[in-house]
Amino acid sequence: MAGRGDEMSITVYVPRDAGALSLGAEAVADTIAAEARQRDLDVTIVRNGSRGLYWLEPMVEVATADGRVAYGPVTPGDVASLFEADFLHAGSHALALGPTESIDYLKSQQRLTFARVGIVDPRSLDDYLAHGGYRGLDAAIGMDGAGIVQTVTDSGLRGRGGAAFPAGIKWKTCLDTQAEQKYIVCNADEGDSGTFSDRMIMEGDPFVLIEGMTIAGLAVGASHGYIYLRCEYPHAQRALEAAIASAEAAGYLGDDVRGSGKAFRLEVRMAAGAYICGEETSLLESLEGKRGQVRFKPPLPAIEGLFGKPTVINNVITLATVPIILDQGAAYYRDYGIGRSRGTLPLQLAGNLKRPGLVERAFGLTLRELIEGYGGGTASARPVRAVQVGGPLGAYIPASQLDTPIDYEAFVAIGGMLGHGGVVVFDDSVDMAAQARYAMEFCAIESCGKCTPCRIGSTRGVEVIDRIVAGDRAERERNETLLRDLCQTMLDGSLCALGGMAPFPVLSALDHFSEDFSGAAEKTAP
Amino acid sequence: MKRVANAASLPDLPEEVRAAVLDVTGRLKHLPGPLLPVLHGVQEALGHVPEDAVPLIARELNLSRADVHGVISFYHYFRSQPPGRRVIYLCRAESCQAMGAATLEKHVKQRLGVDFHQTTADGALTLEPVYCLGNCACSPAMMVDDELKGRLTPEGFDAWLAAETK
Repeated sequence: MAGRGDEMSITVYVPRDAGALSLGAEAVADTIAAEARQRDLDVTIVRNGSRGLYWLEPMVEVATADGRVAYGPVTPGDVASLFEADFLHAGSHALALGPTESIDYLKSQQRLTFARVGIVDPRSLDDYLAHGGYRGLDAAIGMDGAGIVQTVTDSGLRGRGGAAFPAGIKWKTCLDTQAEQKYIVCNADEGDSGTFSDRMIMEGDPFVLIEGMTIAGLAVGASHGYIYLRCEYPHAQRALEAAIASAEAAGYLGDDVRGSGKAFRLEVRMAAGAYICGEETSLLESLEGKRGQVRFKPPLPAIEGLFGKPTVINNVITLATVPIILDQGAAYYRDYGIGRSRGTLPLQLAGNLKRPGLVERAFGLTLRELIEGYGGGTASARPVRAVQVGGPLGAYIPASQLDTPIDYEAFVAIGGMLGHGGVVVFDDSVDMAAQARYAMEFCAIESCGKCTPCRIGSTRGVEVIDRIVAGDRAERERNETLLRDLCQTMLDGSLCALGGMAPFPVLSALDHFSEDFSGAAEKTAP
Repeated sequence: MKRVANAASLPDLPEEVRAAVLDVTGRLKHLPGPLLPVLHGVQEALGHVPEDAVPLIARELNLSRADVHGVISFYHYFRSQPPGRRVIYLCRAESCQAMGAATLEKHVKQRLGVDFHQTTADGALTLEPVYCLGNCACSPAMMVDDELKGRLTPEGFDAWLAAETK
């Protein structure tokens, strides 16, 4: 209570998000605490999630009477000068960004799923409740299972993991299957390069995922849930486990959820570094303690899933979007978006961009608006040459197709996919033959081995691309025919999306960037 | 039947390995589908899952040795050999590629004198590839044990290494 007379403690926010930590946020928090002590100022440091403006991380915010103001990117070396500039009272400084909510990048977003990320203290259930948390569950408790499922169906919410299957239909199948035991499984094996929205939610607002899974449990009559979390996300594990413990202690999880008379318990299970386990049936095998090999479908997991029981398996973002739908109603959510892509999508801008980060917007804006508007063009200031959307199995989109709207069907129409919403930008220094080779190499490393087109085809694919690049013109033409034929076999014959989609980046590279495949011999020929 | 077969010839184990395995299985074998949590627990305690421990894990979980071996070998994260004192996971995936991961990878391998899946001669550092750390807005990325680094340059790596080996 020392410092400025009798005023209250000032709250300073320093993210604990893994991305912010990777840029030194821990040292920034420690330095602010030490500096405040030394100056005898009463400062409370809250470790929030990230607002998703990663080029400004570590971004420090101060709560003032007029709302929060931001400074960034802050290094420990900047802290003394921030105090000198009286940043605790929104003082001006070279790193000052003004009121956080007025930063263009944030102001123009439509944050529904991410409404609280970066704002609340992810370790505080009270903070979650103070920001509208658990209103969706309260609404759901007043409904029957069929009513909840109908609301989710009416919202138009589709699976955000990549397959975009309507969530309500999945839930209805599970609801309609009679069984003593059912499960809710959250797919938190976010393995696609260029994606980090699941991680941000789990670290920045873990309660919203817990609430979404609890609502799913009430809807279909499941009393147990698992979050299958990739082991590359230790920070998310800690955040989830802390949140689950708080929710249990307060009666939001347990034998009688909020006096509903229904039980729901939740457990985090750690994956072990296999990309294929993001495929839902491999994930279920892995949860059962087996090699993560793909299952044949049918039976659908909603009928025979985990341990043979009816199981709803959804991605993190899908489940974390359920609370706002139950709270605000199906129409509220459905009113965002275009065509059959309803609601919002948290897009992740990554790779070679000036302003990489998280952009949640209604479906319908274009790739160009994302990359040029939000992203600010490439970090290297060179022209954009290719954009990979939807992870390592997504097509490489040339600069000429940047006006494609963010819409599931529009992406399918250009031979791509929106997937989990990752956007990775490459400048003109990229070698697309090398990217095509990597796609095959990645498929070979991560193939579960169950089906031949994927297991063998990917290895042959690497070899054929090597021959194309090394050979003369005739060799290149022969092998390109072979590569296209191989891709077709993988597309038609693979059991799951890994082998079935790995040809997308390869074929798109061949179609749009064929000049990169000219063999070395060809290039040096007179 | 499996139990009998497994009980037939349990190899001798160092006491610390036996104790670690029995501690983990004792705590976790009641879980549905306990094998992955058990392997995580053993690896956390010992740094790896020794091949000699497979028969004991199998017996405790009432699985076949082939089941356990098959799972260990399937997942990239589980290791049968002890790693260095710290493990570096260097991201090779697309977002990091777009920000110079290939150059960084070459530099790191050359500085450490190892390839992927190898440990430095002094036993300090093991280098592993990883396909995305979810830090794609701060590419290129590296994780050391569970400490994440972003926007890593070759110079940044050298600075980290100097501090680490000081």
